[in-house]
Amino acid sequence: MPIRCEIVSQDRMVFEGEADIVILPGSEGEMGILPNHAPLLSTLNYGVMKVRFQGQEQYFTVAGGVVDVQPDRVVVLTDAAENVDEIDVRRAEEAIRRAEEYLKAGPPPDTDEYLAMEAALKRSHLRLEAVKRYRGPSMPSYRREES
Amino acid sequence: MPNTREVRLRIRSIKNISQVTRALQAVSTSKVRKSMATLMQTRPYATKAWQVLTNIANQPGRDNLHPLLTQRKTISAGLVIVITGDRGLAGAYNTNIIRFALQQFSKYPYPIRYVAVGRKGRDLLIRSRKNVIAEFSNLPAAPTYTDVSAIGKLAIEEFLTQRVDEVFLVYTDFVSMVRQIPTVRKILPLEYQRGEERVETFDANARHHIEATYIYEPDMDTILDRIVPRFTSLQVYQAILEAQASEHAARMVAMKNATDAATELAASLQLEYNKARQQVITNEMLDIAGGAEALSSQG
Repeated sequence: MPIRCEIVSQDRMVFEGEADIVILPGSEGEMGILPNHAPLLSTLNYGVMKVRFQGQEQYFTVAGGVVDVQPDRVVVLTDAAENVDEIDVRRAEEAIRRAEEYLKAGPPPDTDEYLAMEAALKRSHLRLEAVKRYRGPSMPSYRREES
Repeated sequence: MPNTREVRLRIRSIKNISQVTRALQAVSTSKVRKSMATLMQTRPYATKAWQVLTNIANQPGRDNLHPLLTQRKTISAGLVIVITGDRGLAGAYNTNIIRFALQQFSKYPYPIRYVAVGRKGRDLLIRSRKNVIAEFSNLPAAPTYTDVSAIGKLAIEEFLTQRVDEVFLVYTDFVSMVRQIPTVRKILPLEYQRGEERVETFDANARHHIEATYIYEPDMDTILDRIVPRFTSLQVYQAILEAQASEHAARMVAMKNATDAATELAASLQLEYNKARQQVITNEMLDIAGGAEALSSQG
């Protein structure tokens, strides 16, 4: 019996579907969740989570957050998440450049903007890493540039 | 007999008004679309966050889990956050939600402190001599979470410092363009909820699992400290988005009604004007005919 997996970011439902196993970047280390897992509440690290269903694997970046595991479902709540196949490489690179420029200028830390930029930088690096590692050769990483 | 000039002036002013209301209706229509889009985007997260919170609240021994989840044995005061609009011309939207709030809490046996979100709500609450401790008005048209997180923070602080023992949220839930429902929701401490959908769908093992306590990683305090306050504030944020969409929808409907009424009134006044004009002509004709008659009978 598969387990239901839901990935929700602050601005949309990223993924909703069945899974045989869900592998998550838990704050205490990677964890694989199988159906009928005991209830678990855990914080997540920045990282990539995997959803495997009938031999097919899908990868999602998650920018921290929490996961609520119930025997019949895994609900991931995160600030930002996307399917690795949907990541826009150019946009991520752009974001990194912008954030680095901002941080280089030496703005006062601990302002909302500073923290937001820092988080954006972290997220974008994560996206690029994920693309490098998990996007198959059939999926050229600059595919969006051509369209 | 109304004077034709007067009627003409009234027709003109009514047509002007209908132009204004029609413009407002168009503005509200586009605003309600935008609000709806935002609402649909943020709803899944807020709903799931609420579900996680209720899952936590359904844990056995929840009163020892986290101060925000603890149900106090004696209750001596409540806090009510009422969400209204800053502006009027939205039909009964503002009065409805305030009336609903006052009615809901008219039997509440303890003193209530109110937090007004929206200028209209503040005015109406103060006019009915309620204890308003804070107001948040002039919120941006599409607020972000950080714009409104202060409201949630205030509620949490009031609760933790024991000035109040319960916190309620009163807002207008957006169901559809034509349906918005005044809603009251207890956000602190979380209501224990029995019989969630999961119990039905997961029949055989349901009992067992409902009893099971969470495994916490890294540990209970860290994780609850991180999510309970945040998710509580998030509920306030979502309620504000719901209320804004409702306000725009209510204004759209009110303006549509006003436009329709104005059009109808203008039409009936036009009829009256035509009649009056006809009457004047008839009178003049009668005068002339009468005069001619008198002259001819003289000769």
